[in-house]
Amino acid sequence: MEQLLKLIETNPTLTPKQLAVMLNREEAQVKEMIEDCTAKGIIKGYRAIIDWEKTDRSMVKALIELKVTPKKGRGFDEIAMAIASMDEVEGVTLMSGGYDLLVEIKAKSFQEIAMFVFKRLSPMDDVNETATHFVLRPYKQAGIIYHDEEEDGRSFVSL
Amino acid sequence: MIDYNKYLNKTIREIPMSPIEKISIMAAQTKDCILLGVGEPDFRTPWRIREAGIQALEKGKTWYSPGLGLLPLKQAICDYQKRRFKLEYKPEEVMVTVGGSEGIDMMFRVMLEEGDEVILPTPCYVSYDPIAKLCGAKVVEVELKQEDNFRLTPQALKAAITPKTKILVLPFPGNPTGAIMEEEDLLAIADVIKGTEIFVMTDEIYAELTYGEYHHVSFASIPGMRERTVVINGFSKAYAMTGWRLGYAMGPKPIIDAMSKLHQVAVICAPTTSQYAAVVAMNECDEEIDTMRRSYDMRRRFLINELNSIGIPCYNAQGAFYVFADISCTGMTSEEFCVNLLQRNHVAVIPGNAFGKAGEGFVRISYSYSLDHLMEATKRIGEFMENLRQEA
Repeated sequence: MEQLLKLIETNPTLTPKQLAVMLNREEAQVKEMIEDCTAKGIIKGYRAIIDWEKTDRSMVKALIELKVTPKKGRGFDEIAMAIASMDEVEGVTLMSGGYDLLVEIKAKSFQEIAMFVFKRLSPMDDVNETATHFVLRPYKQAGIIYHDEEEDGRSFVSL
Repeated sequence: MIDYNKYLNKTIREIPMSPIEKISIMAAQTKDCILLGVGEPDFRTPWRIREAGIQALEKGKTWYSPGLGLLPLKQAICDYQKRRFKLEYKPEEVMVTVGGSEGIDMMFRVMLEEGDEVILPTPCYVSYDPIAKLCGAKVVEVELKQEDNFRLTPQALKAAITPKTKILVLPFPGNPTGAIMEEEDLLAIADVIKGTEIFVMTDEIYAELTYGEYHHVSFASIPGMRERTVVINGFSKAYAMTGWRLGYAMGPKPIIDAMSKLHQVAVICAPTTSQYAAVVAMNECDEEIDTMRRSYDMRRRFLINELNSIGIPCYNAQGAFYVFADISCTGMTSEEFCVNLLQRNHVAVIPGNAFGKAGEGFVRISYSYSLDHLMEATKRIGEFMENLRQEA
C-alpha cells in the first residue's frame, strides 16, 4: 500500500496497469486499492504542479501567519474551517510555535492579497494578529526543483 | 613529425575504439535527447556516507592510507560480506582498490603470463578483454545466449577449456545483460572447475542489485571454490559511489599479497577520504541499499513490460540496472538501431556489440533514471517502432 501511494504521489499519470506491473500485483487489485484509498480519503486528488512564473499569467502567492483565539470545546477548528472555505485560500494549517494558523493564498497581484488580508481576514472576530509574507521566488515545491533544474551530472553514456 | 603510433604498445594500438564513442558524440549533439546510456546509479551517495567523507576532510585526514586500505574499513568489509553474502574473509585477505576495476587489473597482472588463456563469458563489461590482452593472455569468448537467460552453462564452459586456461571470469550479475547466476548454476560451474588448475575471478560489483525472490550467491561461497577464487566488489553500484573510486578484492592471501605488491607501486593506496566514507557505508547503510534496490526493481518491471508491449522482446533481466533488449526483429544491426533511434526519436541506448560480438542484435538500456524519464523514453521508442512498422 505504502509503495503504491508513494508511486502515485510522484507519478500520478501511471496507469493502474503500469502500477500493477511495477508492484508485481494484478491490475484489478491495484484498481481496488486506489478506489479504497480514494473512498477513505487517503487519496485526496490529483493535481499538476505548475510554475506560473513561466506563463504570461501573473500570479502572486503569500503565506500569512495568524494568531487567533481558539473557541472553548472546538479549539481551532471553527476559525480554521471558516478561513479554509474562502475561495482565495489555497491552504490552512494549524502550526506549533509562534503563531497558530498558516494561511496560503494565491492572487493576481500583491494588492489583491493585501486587500484580502485587510478586508476579510483581519476583521474576523477571532483573528488577533496577522503577518503577511509574500513569496518572492519558489526554489522547490512539492519535491520539484524550480528554476535551474537539477542537472544530471553523469556522462552522456558510460560503460 | 613523430609517428607516435610507432612507439605505442602494439596491443593497445590493436584494441579498437568502442562503438559507443559514436553514440556518445551524436547524443551530445542532439537537442532534447533522452539518454538511457549510463552505467552508474542516478541516486546520490546517501548523505551519511557523504558526511563521513566531509568529516574526514574537516579533520584533515588527507594522508596516504595503508597500502591495502584502512584496517577499520577492511574489518567492515569482512563483517558486511559475512552478513550479506555468507562469505568469511579475514582483513588480511582483503585489499581496498581504486574501484572494482583496479582489482580486475591487479588480479590479471599478477596471475597471467604470455600464452595463458582467459575464459570470458560475453557480452560482458568491457575492461576484462583489453587488460587480459595487455598481460599477453589470449581471450577465449564464450557466447552467452538469450535462451539460457544469458547465464554461463557448464557445457559451454567445458567446451572452452584448454590446458592453457588460467582464469575464468564470472561477471554476474552482469553488465550489459542484467543476467544472474543462481546457486544451482554456480554449483554446476564449480563441478567443471573442480579438478582443474583454473582460477576464478568473480566480479560481484552488482551483487546487491538483484530482484524478485533471488538474492545473490557468491561463487566463493560454493564448497571448494574459495581457495581458487578472487572476489571483486566495490561501492560504486550498491552505494551510488561511482565518483569516489573505491572497490575491494578478496581472495587467498598469497594472491592478495601479490596484488598488493603491485597496487603499492602502481597506485600507492585508494583515496583516503573515500575509505573513511566507506566505513559508514559498510556498517550503517544496509537500509539505503534496500531502498535503492526497491526503486530499481519498480523501474525494471516498468521498462521490461513497456518494451515488450512496444514489440521489442526483452527477457526478464534480474540483476544490475540494465535490460538487454532483442532488436533483431527490426532487421537492423545494433549500431544501426541505435543511430536511427537517436536520429529520429532522440533516444540514446547502447549497441549490444559494444560488449562483445555476442551482443549483436541487442541493445543495452539502463534504467538508472527517474520514472518520468523512462516514461518519456519508452513513449519515444514506441513511436520509433510504430514508424518502422508503417514503413515496412
